[in-house]
Amino acid sequence: MPETSASPASPEPGEVLHTGATIELENLTKRYPGSPQPSVDCVNMEIRAGETVIFVGPSGCGKSTTLKMINRLIEPTSGRIRINGEDVTHMDPVRLRRKIGYAIQSSGLFPHMTVAQNIAQVPRMLGWNKARIRDRVEEMLDLVGLDPGEFHGRYPRRLSGGQQQRVGVARALAADPPVLLMDEPFGAVDPITRDHLQDELIRLQHELHKTIVFVTHDFDEAIKLGDRIAVLRERSHIAQFDTPEAILTNPADDFVSGFVGAGAALKRLNLTRVGEVEITDVPTVTVDDPLQNIFNRFRGSGINEILLLDRRGRPYKWLRRGDLMRARGSLARAGTPVVDTVTRDATLHDALEAVLTDAGGRVAVTGRRGQYEGVVDMETLMNSVHELLEADRLDALAHQHDLEEARTQQTHTEQEGSAGGDSGEARA
Amino acid sequence: MDFWEYLGNRHEQLLMDAWQHASAVFQCMVLATVIGVLIGVATYHSGWASGLATTGTSVILTIPSLALIGLLVPMVGLGVPPTVVALTLYGLLPIVRNCVVGLRGVDPSLVDAAKGIGMSRLARLVRVELPLAWPPILTGIRVSTQMLMGIAAIAAYASGPGLGNEIFRGLGSLGSSNALNQVLAGTLGIIVLALLFDAAYVLVGRLTIPRGIRA
Repeated sequence: MPETSASPASPEPGEVLHTGATIELENLTKRYPGSPQPSVDCVNMEIRAGETVIFVGPSGCGKSTTLKMINRLIEPTSGRIRINGEDVTHMDPVRLRRKIGYAIQSSGLFPHMTVAQNIAQVPRMLGWNKARIRDRVEEMLDLVGLDPGEFHGRYPRRLSGGQQQRVGVARALAADPPVLLMDEPFGAVDPITRDHLQDELIRLQHELHKTIVFVTHDFDEAIKLGDRIAVLRERSHIAQFDTPEAILTNPADDFVSGFVGAGAALKRLNLTRVGEVEITDVPTVTVDDPLQNIFNRFRGSGINEILLLDRRGRPYKWLRRGDLMRARGSLARAGTPVVDTVTRDATLHDALEAVLTDAGGRVAVTGRRGQYEGVVDMETLMNSVHELLEADRLDALAHQHDLEEARTQQTHTEQEGSAGGDSGEARA
Repeated sequence: MDFWEYLGNRHEQLLMDAWQHASAVFQCMVLATVIGVLIGVATYHSGWASGLATTGTSVILTIPSLALIGLLVPMVGLGVPPTVVALTLYGLLPIVRNCVVGLRGVDPSLVDAAKGIGMSRLARLVRVELPLAWPPILTGIRVSTQMLMGIAAIAAYASGPGLGNEIFRGLGSLGSSNALNQVLAGTLGIIVLALLFDAAYVLVGRLTIPRGIRA
């Protein structure tokens, strides 16, 4: 990464970290004066370095409050926050926040500053020199997929909602903080843009390995983005904190399954990529092959269908036996054009969608430049899903078993411990 | 002597008065802006404090200007001091009120964002809140200036500077050949000055309101 080379020249080399940090929340509680119940009640959580953790729960469950206590926008009433082992509960909040990226719904960009000025805010406060800030701004714009030349000097109001959100993320990441907090960042954009932004975030996270804490009320978003998901109920009580797979296949209780909603198996499809399932091969010909060869291919084997590729190896048309008869010497009007293809990175959900809409019940898988790589059909998908669900179930069982064992162990020690305590008191 | 001849004969005196008038208003406006914005910044967080500030400044505005200047004379003497004190006090209300409204009108999510990325209290105020509240504050300054232009004429009553002298001289010698000309010259002069100042504020607005929030 370019900033690696810039670091030695920086005024505070120690400030720049390249991977995420652990976050530990210990009995974190927020009690507002005047309300009998705490809004956040004794949250305990360990977030690993470089992990994306999603807080998901109904509105008003305290997920946002919990998030804002991590950078102390809301001061906890009691409890402790540790980042990378360091207790930050009592450090200067302004200094703390400069080391934690923060992105919010509606992007929170300052309308009176240009895109570049917005992104430069944190580096400026950290006292970076001008040249370094300028380079960093360009780099960040690049990172979030905006052309620096075009967007550098624009004001936020001249950006679309999705672009604003990107700049918001760029600003949050500008000083390369190890931790990124995101408070429903994609809540206010349209579904299509949201989908794009989610994909971008996944890509970014692959590159950067930050520790991301992300708040949303959209469970599908949580499944898509999270390494682990914390399902929160009222007062921020953790109903379940586990991987998306585990939550989908083995919800801890009725609350969680209610939140997962119907169609857990369908949602599971979002967690697997086409590249992870079996891709079959179909006979192919290219448009440059003479018609006679194609006839021979059909005649020589029992196949009914052949995939015609264009000159650059991209799926072009599906040809059936009958199509050739009607073609009368030209391929121009024969066959059914390929409308939809998927890449290896597409989710099984996307693949299923394509398969269902395709008349023949299959979809071509393509590589990076759109070239043909194979085909996924209904049967493959069904088999894969069955296998996946079965594997998840076994995992979940094993996990449950472990958990029960640990619990028994714990109860055991606790009983022993309290017994010891009692006898101690008795003696006193 | 008709009005144009009068202007021709007395233009030096008139320009001097106009200059002094403008300069008094300008200086008092600077003072009022500084004090007004400080009051606004100090009080906008709390409902009752900002209420108190706006009420206090509007109470000042209800005191008739002649009375206020008259009351100030025994305290600070004649001439420039009562003029400056009176004009500054009168100029406060629109600025304080617009400053409070402007600062309160800043989108809370922006303040949240500013806090969240690690801006200190002062940085938030200087880099985010005040720039965003600047357009309404500038409007307040404009309104104040227009008001002070008129009120400054009264300052002549306490031997203050400005075009008010012209008007008072005319009123004092009603019936004499130049009385009407004097009053007219003073009044029109004030109107012209007010228009010039207003034009200047449009320019100041163009120069100081960031493009991103310009209407």
